[in-house]
Amino acid sequence: MTRPLSLRRRLVGQGMALALVLSLLIYGAVRIGAEQASQAALDEVLATAAAAMAEELRVAEGGVSLSIPPATLSMLAAMGDERIFYRVDLGAESLTGYDTLPLPPRAPGALAPEFFDAQFLGADLRLAAVARTLRIEGRAVTALVILGQTREGQRAIATRLANRAAGLGLALFLIAIPLSLLAARGLLRPIDSLAEAVERRGPRDLRPVRHPAPIELEPFVQALNSFIARLRGTLSQTETFIAEAAHHIRTPLAVMRNEAELALRGAQDETTRARLRHLIRAADDSARSAGQLLDHATVLYRSGQGEMARIDLSAIARAVAERLTPAAEMKDIEIVTRHDQSMFVEGDAVLIEAALRNLLENAVKYSDSEAVIEITSQRNGAMAEVLVEDRGRGLGGEDAARLARRFRRGGNVSDTVGSGLGLTIVMEAAAAMGGRFTLTERNGGGACAAFSLPLA
Amino acid sequence: MRGIFTALGLIATSMLPLGPVGAFEIEDERQFGPTSPRIEVLSTTDIAILEPVITAWIEQTSGVGLRYVMASSQEVFKAVALEGARFDVVMSSAMDLQLKLANDGHAIGLPAELLVDLPAWARWRDLLVSVAQEPVVLVLSEAALLPGEAPPRSRRDLIELLRDAPDRFRGRVGSYDPAVSGAGYLFAAQDARLSDTFWRLAEVMGRLDARLYCCSVDMLDDLDSGRLLVGYNVLGSYALSRPQARYQVIELEDYTLTLLRSALVPRNAPSPEAATGFLRFLLSRPGQALISEGAGLPAIEAAAFERKPHLRPIRLDPGLLANLDHITRQRFLGEWLAAMEQP
Repeated sequence: MTRPLSLRRRLVGQGMALALVLSLLIYGAVRIGAEQASQAALDEVLATAAAAMAEELRVAEGGVSLSIPPATLSMLAAMGDERIFYRVDLGAESLTGYDTLPLPPRAPGALAPEFFDAQFLGADLRLAAVARTLRIEGRAVTALVILGQTREGQRAIATRLANRAAGLGLALFLIAIPLSLLAARGLLRPIDSLAEAVERRGPRDLRPVRHPAPIELEPFVQALNSFIARLRGTLSQTETFIAEAAHHIRTPLAVMRNEAELALRGAQDETTRARLRHLIRAADDSARSAGQLLDHATVLYRSGQGEMARIDLSAIARAVAERLTPAAEMKDIEIVTRHDQSMFVEGDAVLIEAALRNLLENAVKYSDSEAVIEITSQRNGAMAEVLVEDRGRGLGGEDAARLARRFRRGGNVSDTVGSGLGLTIVMEAAAAMGGRFTLTERNGGGACAAFSLPLA
Repeated sequence: MRGIFTALGLIATSMLPLGPVGAFEIEDERQFGPTSPRIEVLSTTDIAILEPVITAWIEQTSGVGLRYVMASSQEVFKAVALEGARFDVVMSSAMDLQLKLANDGHAIGLPAELLVDLPAWARWRDLLVSVAQEPVVLVLSEAALLPGEAPPRSRRDLIELLRDAPDRFRGRVGSYDPAVSGAGYLFAAQDARLSDTFWRLAEVMGRLDARLYCCSVDMLDDLDSGRLLVGYNVLGSYALSRPQARYQVIELEDYTLTLLRSALVPRNAPSPEAATGFLRFLLSRPGQALISEGAGLPAIEAAAFERKPHLRPIRLDPGLLANLDHITRQRFLGEWLAAMEQP
């Protein structure tokens, strides 16, 4: 089983690998650098000391005299408690010093010292050889001064430095672990927050994602937005199609209804009249269903776009009630409205109107003649609430959530024509605007529908 | 007279590190405690001087004996460097030869705990440790000064004293002959390294027909008897070992050289563990106390140099190798002779 790729793990791993490489580099650089620097400096001193010794060579009566400056040897040795060896040759003969001290691989030039490494008396030596030409009794004789020292002190210092560098590298590596963890978290935070922002959206929220995202995530956000746009396009095509279809159905239905009414006026035969009345009612219901389909499409469409504004909920409720009063009066139903005050909410007027109209239409549809429908606008905590109460047949034991499902109708309404879309529209409109819709049995029969939106 | 010294000097020179190989010359030897197990010590110090310390060590480390072999510093060096004689501890007052032994890889490293309390000037690396320090002093016979005359406090004073009374001091000033005595050469070379007054002093001594000695004993005998009025560069321990002597010992205040008696454990030591134990005892507080009180050799202490700022320990480092260079030695002795033979 392969584990899914983790950016965090990869970032941390890479950070730590980088730190490891850096630590090793620091260690190597310090080790080599320290050794080379001290080697070069000590070589200079060694060559200078050898030259100083060579300068002490004097041509004297009967040969060459030399006074080795003890301070020179002291200083050479002091640099790290080193052991000192020297040898002075005159021509092919050893003049003084350790006459078995190794000779340089190449003879040193006139002014250039020759450096070399050799083993002597069980010690690893660094040696410098300098040459000087002396005139002895008219002959030019080359004097060779070889000065060697152990480099144990230098090596100890270099090792100490390198150990310190190793410690530093290790510390760097240890510091890098939490740092790379932090860095990985910081890097991945925009992704998390983007995901959270997308996750928080409502189901119908098809606006493009505007959440600030790092440049590197921009292609992803663009892809997401273009996908959303395509989705919205497809959805709106569907809505448009439904709206078109509803419209195209409603017009011929209205014509048919008019024709049927005219025919009803002229018809004498009771059977025919009954049939015509039946036809008219069916046309009405079909028109209403088509209207609801249209409403539903509107709700779906608009809840995606959200043209939210500050509006008075009770004003809309009043307007809807007035608009439906003629239809109610035809059934001798009285609509009583109680609107105490204005209640401003943040919402889409078209959606609110569609929701309240469907509620009221439902109430009118399921109320008997001479019934009273009460519409109340009131504040309920932080919500603005519109109650529509009737004395109809109630919910028949079913709960509001089930009834609100698309094309789902109550079990007690088989005698009434309906699309089953009304409550769905109300429910979806409420959800789109962050509101609530409840449907409960009313005390003494009937239903109580409550549509509420948060107060602005 | 001088001719003889020069000849002797040449012999000594030829004997130095490249001398003929042969069994080294033992002057004295003694067995302390059991013969097995035991450690063998080769030293230039008289047995009597170290006897109290050795006895104390034998008592402390029950069961280990010690064979003490005494030889001259040249012989000690020859035994270790050229003959491969097997000793556990090698002690010598010849700092240059000891340093050469250590430098040439004849010594093994001593444990760090042995070295921590030792001042830096009293050791070289972990190879060579000093067990005693002693000043190199001026000795004035009782007859050297007229009543009311102040003793010289510096070389400058000494030069003035000698210069102002040539008749009194002619033929009665003495020092080691650097051509014969290793210690004398070491002191003279250190003097030349430390001050310019030395050469002026040498000239003054030369004009006064200075007597040159091979050994401390002869010089101190002559100082005691009054045949010699001034002894320059005398080893303090020898001068002070004669409490009844009729001379005074002076530490010159411009500077007084301090010789370090040093010890090492040779690479071929049969029992280096026990040898290290012996050195640890010598360097311990009771060991040092026994050396300074019982043996009359000042213990190694940094405080001495604070109390007496004129004390200069001879640097225990490879600068001493220059001392052993025979060409350098020839040149130095040439200059020395030239100074001594000033008309």
